[in-house]
Amino acid sequence: MKWLRDYLDSIEPLFVRGGRLEKFYALYEAADTLLFSPPETTRAAPHIRDALDLKRVMAYVWLATFPCIFMAMYNTGYQANLAMAAMGLEQVEGWRGIFAGWFGHDPSNPLANIWHGAWYFFPIYLTVFITGGICEVWFATVRGHEVNEGFFVTSILFSLTLPPDIPLWMVVLGVVFGVVIGKEVFGGTGKNFLNPALTGRAFLYFAYPAAMSGNAVWTAVDGHTGATALGEAAAGGLDAVAALGYSWWDLFIGLVPGSIGETSTVAVLIGACILLYTRIASWRIMVGVLAGTVVTSLMFNLIGSETNPMFGIPFWWHFVLGGFAFGAVFMATDPVSASHTNTGRFWFGALVGVMTVLIRVVNPAFPEGIMLAILFANIFSPLIDYVVVQRSVKRRAARIGALDAEMSS
Amino acid sequence: MEGLISLFVKAVFVENLALAFFLGMCTFIAISKKISAAFGLGIAVVVVQAITVPLNNLILNGLLKEGALSWIGVDVDLTFLGLISYIGVIAAAVQILEMFLDRFMPALYSALGVFLPLITVNCAILGGSLFMVERDYNFAESVTYGLGSGVGWALAITALAGVREKMKYSDVPEGLRGLGITFITVGLMSLGFMAFSGIQL
Repeated sequence: MKWLRDYLDSIEPLFVRGGRLEKFYALYEAADTLLFSPPETTRAAPHIRDALDLKRVMAYVWLATFPCIFMAMYNTGYQANLAMAAMGLEQVEGWRGIFAGWFGHDPSNPLANIWHGAWYFFPIYLTVFITGGICEVWFATVRGHEVNEGFFVTSILFSLTLPPDIPLWMVVLGVVFGVVIGKEVFGGTGKNFLNPALTGRAFLYFAYPAAMSGNAVWTAVDGHTGATALGEAAAGGLDAVAALGYSWWDLFIGLVPGSIGETSTVAVLIGACILLYTRIASWRIMVGVLAGTVVTSLMFNLIGSETNPMFGIPFWWHFVLGGFAFGAVFMATDPVSASHTNTGRFWFGALVGVMTVLIRVVNPAFPEGIMLAILFANIFSPLIDYVVVQRSVKRRAARIGALDAEMSS
Repeated sequence: MEGLISLFVKAVFVENLALAFFLGMCTFIAISKKISAAFGLGIAVVVVQAITVPLNNLILNGLLKEGALSWIGVDVDLTFLGLISYIGVIAAAVQILEMFLDRFMPALYSALGVFLPLITVNCAILGGSLFMVERDYNFAESVTYGLGSGVGWALAITALAGVREKMKYSDVPEGLRGLGITFITVGLMSLGFMAFSGIQL
């Protein structure tokens, strides 16, 4: 590895102030700190010794999404191959057809599924990465801050929430909105108040509802309509889900139509274990989300409704339907846009859970609730922190006041 | 009763005056730098709204509507006097509230400053009364709507103040500092409040 270090050191003069490529310092710095630990240390107190820095944190989150990425490719290919078999198609339409069929289109052949799915996942991911990366580097260069690994996380989370059939130009619009308006205008990673990936996703959702919801977009084959389990549940309750042929375990494993990387609860849980073991994601937020969901769905179960089948969905179905697990584990726990106090994290999570079930059950306009629920909770997270801090200040004042009174008496 | 509860929820969240109709923007943006001041102004708006919407409802139904004055033998339609009467009522209510705050809560009074009298011409307040007229609310409904729309506006401005206090740590590009970034923030907040659009109550 020494030659790499030496090479980086040898080109450094080009990029520092006064060098020929001064403008591209952000790029050099990004590559350098991605490959090697930065030598800078904090000079002024307080000192906290920790092997983790922002870069490593973000890299861990990125690694934790790998099971989801694997399931994303496998499931997208599997669903597409199933649909092709059902429709009697031999060849994928468009430019993907040149490559996607190398291993055939047999849904029982895992290699064929992954290969076919990769031709949907990677074009989307590369589009996100390149366009988002250009925005990121552009802002970093002009404004003189660092390119941050936060973008790795934003890019992968954003890609995994999209429907497989989405046109790539929409992907470009979504990621640019998310990165620029959601994050960079506030000054970059750590300074935004909404989750950038969700901001981009919500922008697409409201700007192009036809391409982001409905029955036609969840399987990557033109002309094939396959309802998501959540959409069917909204229309006809659990009976309708059963009529599609999906059991709870099917949804848990995730071989069902849906957003690219959100369908598999088990893949998300593997990621959750990594995040919790490394203590990168806050368990308090996850507990809050679960508690909020359980309480709210039990309440709706109790109220019941003749006309709305969503009232009767038990909470363990809510956990596996739609993007719930993905949102609760990867999106809600974003350390920047969630609440920052420990007590506040419980309340923040609970707000996400309550709102998710509320939107799923009583809002007929949107089948999925977790995306908007997290954005909504993001708006209120500073307020939650404020209340927590103020209460703590009051408690302290009361305690110290009581002490003072005791001492003087 | 159930109708009133759903009207309240609708007024607070679904048809939020600030984030769904963008009413009352001048004070919404000007007094949202500190949570405490924003909360105080929010309470003031709740109070003014909860007084003026029902009061205007009484004036509309008891004096202005066609046939409302038939008990003294006059049958005229005075609704063309609507706007001026509503504004008059609002101005009077704000004046009383201002004297009350000056006397009993001087800290909040000085924090709100010139914006308290400006509630008089706050579009959210007049908007609330005009929505009441347009949707033909009865008295109970207008009490609920007045309270609900005020609470919704107060919630929105407090949340915005929270976000703006957090944004002390942001590094906004120079051209966007101040009003520019606040408009973007409000836009993003209303994206979050879109969660409620489409709820039929």
